[in-house]
Amino acid sequence: MTTADLDLMKHNAEGLFRRKRVLAFAMPAIVAAYFAYIFFAFDIPGLVQRASMDNAVTLASDSWSYKVHVTRSNSTGEIAYAVEGERKGAYPEGQRPDWVSGGDIVTVDLGRGYLVRLLPENRTEVDIPGYGTIEAQAGDRQVTTNLGDDLPDWINASDRRVAITTPEGRITLTGSKTEVFNYFPGWELFWFTFDSPYHGQPVTRILFGDRIDPDRANIAGALADWWNNPMWRHKDVAWAIGETILMAFLGTMGAAMLALPLAFLAARRFTPMVVVRGLTRRLFDFVRGVDALIWTVVLARAFGPGPLTGSLAILITDTGTFGKIFSEALENVDGRQIEGVASTGAKPLQRYRFGVIPQVVPVLLAQVLYFLESNTRSATIIGAITGGGIGLMLTQAIQTQKDWEEVAYYIVLVVVMVMLMDWFSGWLRGRLIGRKD
Amino acid sequence: MTDATLGKAHSPAAIDAIQSSYMVQVQRRRLYGGLTLMIFVLLMVSGFVVADDRNAGGFWEGLHQIGDYPAAVLSEAWAKRADLPALLLHFFPALVETINIAAVSTLFGAGAGLVLSLLSTRGLARWPRLIPLFRRFMDIMRAVPEIVIALVLIFILGGGPVPAMIAISIHTAGALGKMFSEVAENADLKPVEGLASTGATWSQRMWLGVLPQVAPNYISYALLRFEINIRASAILGFVGAGGLGYELRNSMAWGPGQFDEAAAIFILLFGTIVFFDQLSSRYRNRLSEGAHA
Repeated sequence: MTTADLDLMKHNAEGLFRRKRVLAFAMPAIVAAYFAYIFFAFDIPGLVQRASMDNAVTLASDSWSYKVHVTRSNSTGEIAYAVEGERKGAYPEGQRPDWVSGGDIVTVDLGRGYLVRLLPENRTEVDIPGYGTIEAQAGDRQVTTNLGDDLPDWINASDRRVAITTPEGRITLTGSKTEVFNYFPGWELFWFTFDSPYHGQPVTRILFGDRIDPDRANIAGALADWWNNPMWRHKDVAWAIGETILMAFLGTMGAAMLALPLAFLAARRFTPMVVVRGLTRRLFDFVRGVDALIWTVVLARAFGPGPLTGSLAILITDTGTFGKIFSEALENVDGRQIEGVASTGAKPLQRYRFGVIPQVVPVLLAQVLYFLESNTRSATIIGAITGGGIGLMLTQAIQTQKDWEEVAYYIVLVVVMVMLMDWFSGWLRGRLIGRKD
Repeated sequence: MTDATLGKAHSPAAIDAIQSSYMVQVQRRRLYGGLTLMIFVLLMVSGFVVADDRNAGGFWEGLHQIGDYPAAVLSEAWAKRADLPALLLHFFPALVETINIAAVSTLFGAGAGLVLSLLSTRGLARWPRLIPLFRRFMDIMRAVPEIVIALVLIFILGGGPVPAMIAISIHTAGALGKMFSEVAENADLKPVEGLASTGATWSQRMWLGVLPQVAPNYISYALLRFEINIRASAILGFVGAGGLGYELRNSMAWGPGQFDEAAAIFILLFGTIVFFDQLSSRYRNRLSEGAHA
């Protein structure tokens, strides 16, 4: 090796190092500059101001707790008790929660010394430990109280409406009604609503005790009442989950069945005609490029909302994806096996069946099963757009902005559903292909 | 069938026995195959019937209407073709936002996925005992559909690109983390050991010993994710997270008369997806060829 060679090598090595050094500084700099641009493009400073922490608190607390509304109508003087203030969750006639007592003067005990007394003539007294008693008189469209002008920040008062937020519950007073909200942890009425005879019965009594409802066997009756629970709608939720899985299943399998013959047309080995091959490939690119979103929108116009639209959208998009993957797999098959089958005098169809299919099936099945799982997630989103399945229930529950415990319930169900599908497709893959991964 | 039976197979009777037992096996296999196929067909048909039944419009009534909406959109767009360039320009910022959401969430997701993958790979993990914990964590990140996180964040943060960005980032971190960790499992441990012998810290070992080996595969997976994330960010826009999807929903809500807007958005979306699809597949091919060479 001469000195000139060594010099050249050194020069090259230095050049390489210089390039690497520049790259090592340039890449982070570019990314940092991009993030700086995004910081302003996405208006992060404005977002911090707009973000509603109240909403976050409501969401976080409501998703694992429920409230019981005690509502006095100031026009009739009647007092109603209902879980979440919904008619479906109303206490039956003549019953009330055990933390409410009294006859003429109804006392609501919120706990830890916080008391609300609903007095006759639409008067209300609120005992707050460490603050005193707030007296209020509801009149025609207005509320008069003994509160001064200097109010703590947990009281919000005007002539028409007074809202008191305590750690144990909330009280809202207006001219027309007085409402007390008492919070409890848990998902109330998840099993049975008040109108079911099984509400409040211990599990052992339902399973082993005498008939609670004389007309029905305990377990059958309890199951039916739980299934038809009007508050949590277990039946509808189960149907919605079924619809979502159905969308994923029909879409994925339909796409695979459609894509397999088309993939032969797009593979160079099996279709010598350039025009056919090119057209099929462009078709795959087109349906993939249009994307599930546009397909969903277009198909929803033709078929209306529902699971069929969703499964067709998945089917069409995935036909393109599968077609591409399958045709690549077909390009890579081993020609010797086909030759071997052909040497036995097999016809073309038999050559495909015994020479090609056994080679590509493991690849194809692995892809199809992987997509089955990923499409379960897509079906949730497509359901939200086209109107079907658990995606729709979830969006509706979020849009009402009050049933956060239902939102939490649906989220848990969706996550469990996806994880189960993940596990199932992995298990099936292991069984069918014999490879555990 | 064992070698012992093969060795003894000289007499015709033994061959007959082998043949008949083989035929029995073949028939059983065919029976099972046929049964599986039947169950599958039954599932497909009944599934289709149920889906058709629960859909607002039926399959057969709707089939001939598929072309109606695209035809209406295209004819209106054609009638107003003079406005199309202006509309394309008008919606271009929304397109940029959609791409930005995808790009930022791919960057964040890839970064988080990188760390998670190294923490959950046997032989490389910083805390080997915590591998199952990080794996379950990634499973959950992957399992939560983007729309769930996006909708909840829209409620808290208000509409706009950030909820979609966070939602897609979380999913990307989980998905890439799994793929990255599969790649990292095959990484050669010798450079890591060599670095360890010089007293390198864990992050130095990963940065200098593992990353150079896996970088081409990682970048290739990240590019594939970017492509997927563009679609995801367009879809999330439809539920209120900004970008092109949001504009599409608005223009759809107007109905006829605004179909030219919908057409412009369709064109932009289609063009973008095809463009990045081609770009990333070309670049990925180059990366994988480089890795083989």
